[in-house]
Amino acid sequence: MSDAAFGDIDNRSNKELRELVHKNLAGRHRREAIFRTLGIAAIAAALGFVIILFGIMLSKGLPAFWQANVHTEVYFDPDVIKGGPKPVQEAGQSDADYQQKVLAWQRTVTLSNWNNLVEQSVRRLAPDLEVEKRDVLAIITSAARFDLRDMYVNDTSLLGKTIPVALLASADADNWVKGKLPRDLPDERQQLSKGSRDLADRLLTDGSMTFDFAMHIFTNVDSRSAPASAGLAGAFMGSLYMMLVVIVLAVPIGVASAVYLEEFAPKNRWTDLIEVNINNLAAVPSIVFGLLGAAVFINYFGLPRSAPLVGGLVLTLMTLPTIIIATRSSLRAVPPSLRQAALGLGASRTQTVFHHVLPLTFPGILTATIIGVAQALGETAPLLLIGMNAFIANIPSSPLESATALPVQIYLWQGNENRHFFEGRTSAAIIVLLALMIVLNAIAIFLRTRLEKRQ
Amino acid sequence: MDIVQDQTAAATVPGASTPAPAGEPAARVVTRDVSVFYGQKQALFDVSIDIPDRSVTSFIGPSGCGKSTFLRCINRMNDTIDGCRVSGIVELDGEDINRPDLDVVELRARVGMVFQKPNPFPKSIYQNVAYGPRIHGMTRNKAELDEIVVTSLKRAGLFEEVKDRLDQPGTGLSGGQQQRLCIARAIATRPEVLLMDEPCSALDPIATAIIEELIDELRENFTIVIVTHSMQQAARVSQKTAFFHLGKLIETGDTEQIFTNPRHEKTQDYITGRFG
Repeated sequence: MSDAAFGDIDNRSNKELRELVHKNLAGRHRREAIFRTLGIAAIAAALGFVIILFGIMLSKGLPAFWQANVHTEVYFDPDVIKGGPKPVQEAGQSDADYQQKVLAWQRTVTLSNWNNLVEQSVRRLAPDLEVEKRDVLAIITSAARFDLRDMYVNDTSLLGKTIPVALLASADADNWVKGKLPRDLPDERQQLSKGSRDLADRLLTDGSMTFDFAMHIFTNVDSRSAPASAGLAGAFMGSLYMMLVVIVLAVPIGVASAVYLEEFAPKNRWTDLIEVNINNLAAVPSIVFGLLGAAVFINYFGLPRSAPLVGGLVLTLMTLPTIIIATRSSLRAVPPSLRQAALGLGASRTQTVFHHVLPLTFPGILTATIIGVAQALGETAPLLLIGMNAFIANIPSSPLESATALPVQIYLWQGNENRHFFEGRTSAAIIVLLALMIVLNAIAIFLRTRLEKRQ
Repeated sequence: MDIVQDQTAAATVPGASTPAPAGEPAARVVTRDVSVFYGQKQALFDVSIDIPDRSVTSFIGPSGCGKSTFLRCINRMNDTIDGCRVSGIVELDGEDINRPDLDVVELRARVGMVFQKPNPFPKSIYQNVAYGPRIHGMTRNKAELDEIVVTSLKRAGLFEEVKDRLDQPGTGLSGGQQQRLCIARAIATRPEVLLMDEPCSALDPIATAIIEELIDELRENFTIVIVTHSMQQAARVSQKTAFFHLGKLIETGDTEQIFTNPRHEKTQDYITGRFG
């Protein structure tokens, strides 16, 4: 700046300077107002999208939790049910022999024409309506006959009795009575025949068909032959096993790595290289981890396909960088004076870390763990590559049994050909998954505030 | 500023080669030619000093002169700094503390340290004081530990203020109380030497006065080395004073002599406030 310019400013009176500042003030306030408005607009936009997303999901998903049921009475007709009385273990009969007899009896019972019972019990609600057997059965889920069979097998005294039951309506009937398909479509484009549609309408109007809470979404496994009875239990357990594997492996390994790198390892080129690689690992696309899992865990180590153990291992690899990075940053946030205090008293490095440093990082580690686990819970792509998208109609009883996972189940359902029915189901599954994540986060926040209060 | 190159610095160290004069307490800590390097940079140049038993020795000097660095040589806290290297000899009771087979954990139980900013553990007052004796396994039972905690708090002049709330967090105390808690914590392991790195710089004058009084009392049982920015403090609490400048020990002697009749020009300049 030249002397002249400086002199110029110097020569201005105080009043002139105040006026200059004052003139500038309006512009400053304007810029501030613009920035604030932009900020509020950004938040409003983000909130708007979230509300739209949740609105669509809830409006589609919540009705799916209530499914049409036909309330009627079933007569366990001795003429239809075969197999005779259930065998009883006789004195001197070996257990194996008895089991064989029971199995043979069950097979015969299964071979009875249970559909006849289903048909009869629906027909008795509208005896005057002339519809074919096919039409009657079409409005009840095909799993109903097995439900009746199981009722009988568990309690043979039902033979010859008439008891009230609720038969789950089929997916097509559910669509029809919920009005998911236009009612004026020509017959050939309808999923149900005219007879079935009339029957369903009749049952709905006379009150024997009602919408009940579909508990089976939580207790049943996936089903293709009887989509109305499909549930999330298998996927839920698969996800649960994977989360257990992730927590058991990723937390100790991640925290131990972070503590070693941050508190013990010398700072040299090797540790720098490791740090860079850990950061890069966090950015590797998840599908690559899936390929790695397929190549290493399944092909090389020979672990079973579709198993939650393998899924958990892959997700552990994905979660590790998150936990390591977050743990390291919370270790770095611990004031050095605390370490000095402990070291100055003669605590060893390990004592310093475990008595003083690590306890302060628990809230951070906890948050990192929950974020990592929530991320892993929602991960789909790597699971597709290790076969967890297979159709599994069993609840896995161990992490080594084939299973699927909640996000994969969502993926599978949204691709189902019975779109009108599974659109709702998919949203319902998303609601369950999100509810699970909200619960996880709530637990994390609760634990963190408690831990922070304790300090 | 010109680095002091003249050899008088080393020559002015009394007792560097001669034994301590009769009547003076024996030296507890003896250092010879201690140099400290941070990476390539040398922070301390050939410091040789004798620190007498059961008295207060203060290190004074302008910021960055190496006095804290030298203090940390005495309990090997410099080990915890990456890239820091110490050469020369540091002896505690005639024992070389840089010996490879010496356990640094044991050393730090014998040489306690109080830091610039009060740094109590985020635990209860009791736990703070009990921590040292506990990790070193100094007590056989709870009663002994209780006794150590109470004695240490009494010696640090804090007991009366906190006796009803020993289970309360130490971080809830006032700054001066926290620093006295740190002193109690440091003396709970019955160290032979107590190092204090500017212990009053974060405290108000009243808290400072209390700590200074405390230092004077502790002198009866401990060898105390205090780093301070305040020359008045050095004059008030210490019997011996060492003046550091640009990583060199310029002059050491009785506090009275240093402040009234310094032998070295740099010392004279510093204590009269001409630089620093």
